Amino acid sequence: MACTAESVADAVRAAAAVVASHRDELVALDRAIGDGDHGENLNRGFTAVVAALDEGTPDTPAAVLKLVASTLISKVGGAAGPLYGTAFLRASAVVKDAAELGPAEVVAALEAALGGVVARGKAEVGDKTMVDALSPAVEAARSADSVSELLTAAAEAARAGAESTEPLVARKGRASYLGERSAGHVDPGARSTALILGSFAAGPVR
Amino acid sequence: MHDGAERVGLVVVSHSARLAAGVAEVAGQMAPDVTVAAAGGTADGGIGTDFDAVSEALARVGAAAVLYDLGSARMVAELAVESLDDPSRVVLVDAPLVEGAVAAAVAAQGGADLAAVASAARAAGSEPEVAAPAEGEEIRVRLTNEIGLHARPAALTARTLSELDASVTVRFGDKSADGTSVLALMALGARGGDEVVVSATGRQSDDALRAFADLAARDFDE
Ligand SMILES: Nc1ncnc2c1ncn2[C@@H]1O[C@H](COP(=O)(O)OP(=O)(O)O)[C@@H](O)[C@H]1O
Ligand SMILES: [Mg+2]
Repeated sequence: MACTAESVADAVRAAAAVVASHRDELVALDRAIGDGDHGENLNRGFTAVVAALDEGTPDTPAAVLKLVASTLISKVGGAAGPLYGTAFLRASAVVKDAAELGPAEVVAALEAALGGVVARGKAEVGDKTMVDALSPAVEAARSADSVSELLTAAAEAARAGAESTEPLVARKGRASYLGERSAGHVDPGARSTALILGSFAAGPVR
Repeated sequence: MHDGAERVGLVVVSHSARLAAGVAEVAGQMAPDVTVAAAGGTADGGIGTDFDAVSEALARVGAAAVLYDLGSARMVAELAVESLDDPSRVVLVDAPLVEGAVAAAVAAQGGADLAAVASAARAAGSEPEVAAPAEGEEIRVRLTNEIGLHARPAALTARTLSELDASVTVRFGDKSADGTSVLALMALGARGGDEVVVSATGRQSDDALRAFADLAARDFDE
C-alpha cells in the first residue's frame, strides 16, 4: 500500500491533532529548558496547516508537503518553524511529482527531512535537539519494507531517541544557554518529533 | 561610492519588534542615507521571528547585510534569503547585533560595497585590536570639523587608509586605534577641537600621514 496526496494530508491532520492534544506537555518541556512556547508555536502552525488543507488538498504528496512547509515557516515563529519547515520542504522536493509514495519514497522523504534539519540547525546527534529523535527514526525506517512497517519502526525509534535526550546537556538552540542545567529534561523538539512520527504511524497511512 | 550606485542597506532580524526597531534606530542615526529595515517579533506582536516580516524587510532593500539576534532568527533569515529571486544580493552576517549594525551602517553610509559592509559588521565582533603604536613618522593633527573622528569621518578615514600599504595608528589621550578600523577610530572619542597623534610605518607611511592630514584639513568632507 502506498500513500497518495490524500493520505499524506490525513497523516498531517493526525499530526495536528496530536500536537493539539500534547500542546501543554510541549509547553511544559520547553518551559523547563527554553522559553515555554514550543507547544504554542507548533499548535499555531499545525492549526494553520489544517485550515490550509481544508481549502482543498493539493494534487500530489509533494504539493501537500510543500503547503505544510510554507505554512509552518510562516506561522510557527520559534526555531521549530524554520526547522520543521525545512524538513517538509526538503521532503517535498525529494518526492517530486510522484502520485503515490511507496516505501522507498517515504524513506527518501524522511532522509531529506533529516538532511534539511541538520543543514538548517547544524546540530548532531547528542546535542539534545529534534535531531536526536529524527536521526534514529530515519535509520530504523530504512530496514522495513512496507510503508506502515517503516512508519511504525520510525515512530518507535523517535520515541526512544526523544527519551534519550533527558540526561543530555544541550549544545544547540535556546536550551544551550542553560549549560549543565539543561540536563534532566526531555528536549521539547525531540518530543514533538516523536509525537508527529507517532501520529504518522498510527494514522491512516497504511 | 560611484555615482548612481545605491548604498548598501541593512536588515535587522530580531525576536522582538522593539529590539529590531531600536537597533535600526541606533544604526540609522549614524547613517542617514542607509535603508535600515527592521523585522522583529511575530505577526501577533509576540516574541519570535516572522518569516513574512523578514521577507518584507528584504524587499525594502537592495544589496544588504542581514543581521540577527538568536539562532532561530538566523534560520528564519536564511529561509527568507533562500526564497529571494536573487539570494546573492544579500549577505547574512554573524556579528554582535548592535555593534555589527552600527559598524555596517557606518560603512554603508561611507559607500562601502556589500562585502566591505559585511566585513565591517563581522569585525565589530572581534576584540578591538590594541594597536601597538607604530614606530616611525608621527604627526599631530587638530580636528576642525564638529563631530571629529565619528561616524562618516571615521569611515572615510578607515577606507582611505586601508587602501595604502601602511600601518597607521591614531592616538587620542591614552587610547589608540588602528587607522583602518572604523569602530576603533570612533571609540577614540576624538571630537572637533581635539588633537590626535597619527603615526605610520610601511612602504606608504608618508602617503598615509599626508592622506590623514588632508582629510582633516578638508573637515573630512563634512
Ligand atoms: N540548531 C538546532 N538544530 C536542531 N534543532 C533545534 C535547533 N535549535 C532548536 N532546535 C529544536 O527546537 C526546539 C525548540 O523549538 P521552539 O520552542 O519552537 O523554538 P525557540 O527555541 O525559538 O523558542 C528545541 O527543543 C530543539 O529540539
Ligand atoms: Mg521555545
